[in-house]
Amino acid sequence: MSLAKITSLAGRAVCVPGNDIDTDRIIPARFMKCVTFDGLGEFLFYDVRKNADGTDKPHPLNDPRFKGATVLLSGANFGCGSSREHAPQAIQKHGIRAVVAEGFAEIFFGNCTTLGIPCATASREDIAKIAAAVEADPRTEVVIDVANQEIRFAGQTVPAAFRETARDALVNGRWDPIGELLDGLPSVKATATKLPYLAA
Amino acid sequence: MSKSLFQKVWDAHTVRTLANGQTQLLIGTHLIHEVTSPQAFGMLRDLGLKVLMPHRTFATVDHIVPTDQFAEPYRDPLAQAMMDDLRRNCAAHGITFFDRASGRQGIVHIVGPEQGITQPGTTIACGDSHTSTHGAFGAIAFGIGTTQIRDVLATQTMALGRLKVRRINVTGRLRPGVYAKDVILHIIRTLGVNGGTGFAYEYGGEVFDRMTMEERMTVCNMSIEGGARAGYVNPDETTFAYLKGRPYSPKGAAWDAAVAGWRATASDPGCAYDDVVNLAAADIAPTVTWGINPGQGVAINECIPDPAKATAVDEKSSIEEALAYMKLTPGAAIQGTRIDVAFLGSCTNGRLSDFQEVAKYLPGRHVAPGVKAIAVPGSQIVALQCQQLGLDKIFRAAGFEWREAGCSMCLAMNPDKLIGDQLCASSSNRNFKGRQGSPTGRTLLMSPLMVAAAAVTGAVADAREVFSVSSAS
Ligand code: SF4
Repeated sequence: MSLAKITSLAGRAVCVPGNDIDTDRIIPARFMKCVTFDGLGEFLFYDVRKNADGTDKPHPLNDPRFKGATVLLSGANFGCGSSREHAPQAIQKHGIRAVVAEGFAEIFFGNCTTLGIPCATASREDIAKIAAAVEADPRTEVVIDVANQEIRFAGQTVPAAFRETARDALVNGRWDPIGELLDGLPSVKATATKLPYLAA
Repeated sequence: MSKSLFQKVWDAHTVRTLANGQTQLLIGTHLIHEVTSPQAFGMLRDLGLKVLMPHRTFATVDHIVPTDQFAEPYRDPLAQAMMDDLRRNCAAHGITFFDRASGRQGIVHIVGPEQGITQPGTTIACGDSHTSTHGAFGAIAFGIGTTQIRDVLATQTMALGRLKVRRINVTGRLRPGVYAKDVILHIIRTLGVNGGTGFAYEYGGEVFDRMTMEERMTVCNMSIEGGARAGYVNPDETTFAYLKGRPYSPKGAAWDAAVAGWRATASDPGCAYDDVVNLAAADIAPTVTWGINPGQGVAINECIPDPAKATAVDEKSSIEEALAYMKLTPGAAIQGTRIDVAFLGSCTNGRLSDFQEVAKYLPGRHVAPGVKAIAVPGSQIVALQCQQLGLDKIFRAAGFEWREAGCSMCLAMNPDKLIGDQLCASSSNRNFKGRQGSPTGRTLLMSPLMVAAAAVTGAVADAREVFSVSSAS
């Protein structure tokens, strides 16, 4: 299986501010009644974006200025709560290709990486700078440079951290581990044989 | 070299190191349910792969099952489609499915232990964040995403970075009316909802030594709400006694060998931890959440925080956001907050002992007018045990609806939902915005007995006073 090497992504950005944004908010559970991930994109942040009658609430993702943004900016502990991969899937299917936040919940981070969505950790001040530039001019191009661990926008450069295992997987095109895991099958059997509960 | 249980289990299950430095970790037991697995089976089909160890894969159905309807087809065609899909996938791949007709169906984190599938020293994965529950047995158990379910189905392994281990000691004795739920809510309140990032939590100390397996499960269940990827308690005599004679537990000579092995997997005395936190049981009171994450809790005799008194900017804005959503008054006592719904159940507190404890105090009491109260056993076996003990009658007589096993009102994937901005006293584990099915619904997390106290008084109350809980109990 050959995967794209994700060294750098560029696009317009949208900021959804707040800390501890959980995966129930990213994709409410009732939209998980499905057997495929197709079509999840339209339900991204549904309950904070839509009124009960389906009309729009004021929300950055409803703001025409940020339409077509591919970089999502947010606060601390982004993606906490449920392990549902429906959350990164909804983000990806909505057209978002990278997320920048002050920090990420563990499982969400892993799920994103496996889908080839870089999760960049930046300081609050730097995220605020990017958000300000985007607010001033929504056409600002934001470059998420995974290889060099930085974010460039409006003539500025700020540092971004990617967990080393994730950075390596993205830039070397091995973010979906299935090929490598399958290669290890002979050793899987050997490891299992040594464990009494699996050998039996 | 003395080692922690985590290290021993991790090392024994390490297949190899991957190119990016992560470990290819063998997963001994894979649990699946209807919500997160269908897409994984779809990915397997697309890649032309088979399930490597169907005999180490176990399925049940919990999130979407209606708790007021047993017969199929379900009123909700989407729920029925998910049920059919799981049934088809299990049959096609030779996977054991604890379907409703088996009498062994229930919430996946209750079924595993109850069947004896969850065992010490093993690795467990499930596409569900509360998989940490199984750590109560000294297993290392991970909640995973759907693509990882595919990985485990196809290779019985997944790619994972090694975690650090934080030992959390709770010393002394819990006061009467203080439960395992209060212990974990207190831990999360103390260490924060993301305090556990990068860690597995090892729970220990006198409080855990004295806990039953069901209490240990309640604590481990919510490790994820504290940001920890896994949580566990070292196996001991309590663990072995629970497992003895369960359907999937080893039998005869194999049992003795297994117990010896399990004993050896416990953390060695004096082993090193990446961090140690000490808490005193005496400081833990019945705890209730007031906000929109499980760390936003107070002791029952405390007040709802006032953002005006917050010191950090962050804290101020998060309190403001939470209180705006919860429609609660800053600085007011949490006691006396009117509730609309009381929910007893979930993988946190839907086990036999949870219903037994509440049933001790219910006779002669009745759910307050205007309050809807539902009691939902976490599994068909829990339901049966409750019936055999006559507990269902006690709950019904007190005005609770007694339901079929499932996740029910813990999340919005079945007909049990809050309506509008109803306020729910809930024994579940998440109080996120909209979690219980209404985009404006509000959740207060607490122990089962506190839920019962709120149900009978119609407002958040101190269960110790409502039910005259004495030190004798
Ligand atoms: S009871 Fe709630 S938390 Fe537990 S598995 Fe079901 S939905 Fe998830």
